[in-house]
Amino acid sequence: MTTDESFASVGAGSTAWTTGRIITKDFPAPHLVRLRMHVEDRHRHWPGQHYLIRLRAPDDYTAQRSYSVASDDSDPLVEFLVERLPAGEVSEFLADVAEVGDLLEMRGPIGRWFRWDTYTPALCLVGGTGVVPAVAMTRAARHHGRSDLIRVMAVGRSPEALPYAEELAAAGAAIVYTRHPTSARPPGPPTRAEITPLLAGTQLAYVCGSSRFADFAETLLVEAGLSAEAIRVERFGVTG
Amino acid sequence: MPATRGFFRRRPDGPAGRLPPGQYDVGGNWPVLTAEVTPRIDRESWTLGVDGLVDRPTTWTWDEVQQLPRSSYHGDIHCVTTWSKFDVVFAGVSVDSLLEAAGPDPRAEFMIAHSSTGYTTNLPLADVTGGKAWVVWEYDGRPLTAEHGGPVRLLVPHLYFWKSAKWISRLELTVEDRAGFWERNGYHDRGDPWLEQRYQGDP
Ligand SMILES: Cc1cc2nc3c(=O)[nH]c(=O)nc-3n(C[C@H](O)[C@H](O)[C@H](O)COP(=O)(O)OP(=O)(O)OC[C@H]3O[C@@H](n4cnc5c(N)ncnc54)[C@H](O)[C@@H]3O)c2cc1C
Repeated sequence: MTTDESFASVGAGSTAWTTGRIITKDFPAPHLVRLRMHVEDRHRHWPGQHYLIRLRAPDDYTAQRSYSVASDDSDPLVEFLVERLPAGEVSEFLADVAEVGDLLEMRGPIGRWFRWDTYTPALCLVGGTGVVPAVAMTRAARHHGRSDLIRVMAVGRSPEALPYAEELAAAGAAIVYTRHPTSARPPGPPTRAEITPLLAGTQLAYVCGSSRFADFAETLLVEAGLSAEAIRVERFGVTG
Repeated sequence: MPATRGFFRRRPDGPAGRLPPGQYDVGGNWPVLTAEVTPRIDRESWTLGVDGLVDRPTTWTWDEVQQLPRSSYHGDIHCVTTWSKFDVVFAGVSVDSLLEAAGPDPRAEFMIAHSSTGYTTNLPLADVTGGKAWVVWEYDGRPLTAEHGGPVRLLVPHLYFWKSAKWISRLELTVEDRAGFWERNGYHDRGDPWLEQRYQGDP
């Protein structure tokens, strides 16, 4: 069993910059790139934590962004799933320029608020690339033989827009497409009737996705009766 | 560290000398980064308290806080997630005015800002006095929206923006430095963008 103590070294102090080497790179969809990296002097991570990836130009100009870890701590490599944003400085580089064998500056794992402790029953309500921490939580729960602890509702416009949909569905996640009909449901955002049964017995909810998705998800959860203190939110991306 | 293969400068530097290291100019955007549910707080029931090590713990209602001398900030803000925003204008009241009313005890060295959500952040008193910090309710001439901390937020523009607590409800003066929400979760105790004090262990 994993307890807080067995992770005592995780995030206890600071994490220094280190390097990661890209071991595999693939495109689950045209705008999504998956990188699996070997991280030098790697620290253990909790599901839900993220790394910083920093790019450095020859003139020492740098750009750094946060990327959630998709892999479980027991995975020898650290996995990232990045959405390629048009004119996005770092995501375009990772998608179009970075190659297997390249070294990137990395720092992590970071974030103790959005981590899952591996034993509290929780619901992940995640959208688009916001599924990434839910994937790490699902994988960690399976690794600990406690798949019952993590429930996932993953929301995307269509199957192409929802990375890891098959893996999550196989693990029992509810998959919701807002613009794509399935045999299970017509297209449309998740409803209170759909979320309420998933909340039974959970103590925490993790919301992750774009700012717009996070606003929608927070409201849905509060309306379904969850207290605001039980909701942890991670917002990806720039909004106005 | 050596340069990243194939990476070249993509973003302009921003106004000369105004972009701290590792930051980029977010332009017209204003990202929303919040770890909690956005609360809907109505002005009628909102209050702001200054307490802890003060001679006269004081609470202001919305109407009362509006009567205090108005003060505004025109300048830049910097978020630890690496965006900076130039030439923003906030208006409200200077933290100096609030402290003057409450009478800080000379032993007080730190301030803990409390939000109505339970969010907290710690600040050396020296970082929020002398015209360096505000409690604000207007952005760009309009009421501050809830997603950006409205009706009222703290503004400490010379530190990373997680110090500028949203939905502020209470300022507590203390002798000792007690870590706040992000500080307990791995962020730096002070957060000076020019020194890149992002996470614990940074200079
Ligand atoms: C804790 C955390 C975890 C995250 N995890 C993930 C993850 O797992 N996967 C993931 O994909 N993302 C994740 N993100 C988001 C990620 O950090 C980046 O914000 C994202 O990849 C965009 O970065 P970028 O450099 O590609 O785009 P940026 O260069 O930052 O640009 C963002 C957007 O603004 C537009 N833009 C920027 N500047 C200009 C300009 N001058 N003119 C016109 N348009 C402009 C770009 O086109 C782009 O659409 C996470 C964020 C956080 C905070």
